[in-house]
Amino acid sequence: MSQTLLVAKPNRPWKLTPKQVLPDLLGAVFTVASTLLIVALSPLKGKLGFAITLIFMAILTATAVSWIRRDRKAAMNSTTTVLVYIAAAFVILPLISVLYEIVRLGSVGFSLGIFTDDMAETSSESPLTEGGLLHAVIGTAYIVTFATLLATPIGILTALYIVEVKGRFAGLVRFFVQAMSGVPSIVAGLFIFAVWMIQLGNAYSGIAGAFALTVLMIPTVARTSEEVLKLIPQDLREAGLALGATQWRTVAMVVVPAARSGLITAVILGVARVVGETAPLLLTVGGADAINLNPTQGNMSAFPYYVWKNLLIGNENSISRAWLGVFVLMILVLIIFTLARYLSTSRGVKK
Amino acid sequence: MSSTLLEQKQTPKPRIITTELRLTDKVFRGVVTGGGLISLTLLGLIGFFLVYNGFEAMRSAGMAFLTGFEWVDAVPENNQPAAYGIGAMLYGTVVTGILAMIIGVPIAVGTALFLSYYAPAWLKKPMVVVVDVMAAIPSIVYGLWGYFVLMPHAEYWAKLIHKYFGFIPFFDMPAPVFTRSPFIASLVLAIMITPIITAIAREVFAQTPLERIQAAYALGATKWSMIKAVVFPYGRGGVVGGAMLGLGRALGETVAVYTVLNLVYDIRIEVLLSAGGNVASMIVNKFGEADFVELQALMAAGFVLFLVTLIVNFIANYIINKTARE
Repeated sequence: MSQTLLVAKPNRPWKLTPKQVLPDLLGAVFTVASTLLIVALSPLKGKLGFAITLIFMAILTATAVSWIRRDRKAAMNSTTTVLVYIAAAFVILPLISVLYEIVRLGSVGFSLGIFTDDMAETSSESPLTEGGLLHAVIGTAYIVTFATLLATPIGILTALYIVEVKGRFAGLVRFFVQAMSGVPSIVAGLFIFAVWMIQLGNAYSGIAGAFALTVLMIPTVARTSEEVLKLIPQDLREAGLALGATQWRTVAMVVVPAARSGLITAVILGVARVVGETAPLLLTVGGADAINLNPTQGNMSAFPYYVWKNLLIGNENSISRAWLGVFVLMILVLIIFTLARYLSTSRGVKK
Repeated sequence: MSSTLLEQKQTPKPRIITTELRLTDKVFRGVVTGGGLISLTLLGLIGFFLVYNGFEAMRSAGMAFLTGFEWVDAVPENNQPAAYGIGAMLYGTVVTGILAMIIGVPIAVGTALFLSYYAPAWLKKPMVVVVDVMAAIPSIVYGLWGYFVLMPHAEYWAKLIHKYFGFIPFFDMPAPVFTRSPFIASLVLAIMITPIITAIAREVFAQTPLERIQAAYALGATKWSMIKAVVFPYGRGGVVGGAMLGLGRALGETVAVYTVLNLVYDIRIEVLLSAGGNVASMIVNKFGEADFVELQALMAAGFVLFLVTLIVNFIANYIINKTARE
């Protein structure tokens, strides 16, 4: 009766044995050692010389090792593997440098005091302990809020038109909205300047900047909302209609609630897109050093404008202020970005 | 009692079945259609108002507006008429855009391949986040970083390139000024467009059918052979489209280029020299002290930029959509 079942112990043929890893390890050691030797003996000097030699030697070693052990195809494979890793490193390096320099140069003048004062009575050359960027905080808050209030309904309605109503122009609208997201930001600024200032005769104001940012925000909101709405299962819509609901009821009470967090993510991504936009604001808000609480009248500042202005002044303290502005702006962007990611991954629409 | 029973037994009148929409649906569809068409209208309005305001400048200059090198205001005392031509700026924009593509596209495609096929699982997720963060960094940040951090390094690289490759006309130097050159502007632009191209290339690579990948491996292909035989034929359209999308972004970039590029109204092929052109930067540069006539010329320049980026984006999206559908 009793049968002994022989169960083969699973081995892992894909797992590399130490013997197989050894050539790679030796290759890596050889690469670094030969690079150090070449840099020490030849006229190549400094970090750049080291980096170039290292890349060159890495490709050479990897290719040679594969060729000797196997064949030309394996050598080709090793070469491209090294190149792909180098490409990935080239993408990370600038980001690390950008973040590092922002923290290093931007956190110098950082204190809570900068959020309580503006630059109205502070000259650009005075030390960073004087003045602040409250005017930029208020300006950005006004401009981005108004832009969001305008762009959110238009963007979501556009997405609903493409996904739910599927009207005659749905394909056309979709294609043009895609193209619209590539409109240069300076063109949006020029457009608002042409309409709001030249044709309608208004002066610089926060609201003009908000209009310009709306133009840039609509495509981002519309495209992300469209993706989100497309993820809502068709069954839900059919269930709503089968219960006798009109399309309006189905969309308002089934589709939109199901897509809610995705739609919020779309709006947040739109905010992230425009909060750092500089070029359109240069043509529309006028810039100011004092707090302006009226968004419909008078020049206004914003974070990007504050950075731009201090960069152009160009003395030591103003450049520190520009870095400070960038530091605060980056913190803001990263907070918005994290929020969007959190919403879209943890509580968003599940694929 | 009996009367209520009778009432209950009466069958209700059958509802008239019709395909006509209810009033609420008509209103709903009307509102949504209106909202959807706003985006379309907006794009048309941008083109219309830029032409409307810039028409006078384009009409008076004619073709010279696109080909002319000069940008001078009228000086009534000397009887000198105004001359507005964006030829040099347009040329500079295209040169920096294409250079940025030459630098950025290989890196972006390599990174997309890394993320899709090479990266270990623990590295993949953080790398995707890194690429997304890079795309979210505002251009003013890249401008500031490019000017203060990258430029000193890039100046040194430019000197090396000139020293060893100076015999090629592109790397020749009539004057030893290496800062704020098209080369440095292209480096900054390449860093800015790499995440965009990477994201799209990765999306396209992810659509490669798994069974074909496995078939290639089963036939004994190396990773690279598999990529060459399966991934690239499938993803070529997406990579081209993504690259063009990046080009569109590079052509329209303003602030980051303005800080690292010295605007000179001349066409030069030496990319390491501190003399370049960029339409968007020129608009910002000239906008501050522009009088009405010059403003019209700037509007016209904006329209040209709008048209060029729109066409590039149209082509890019057409290619991407076509690839995605196949």
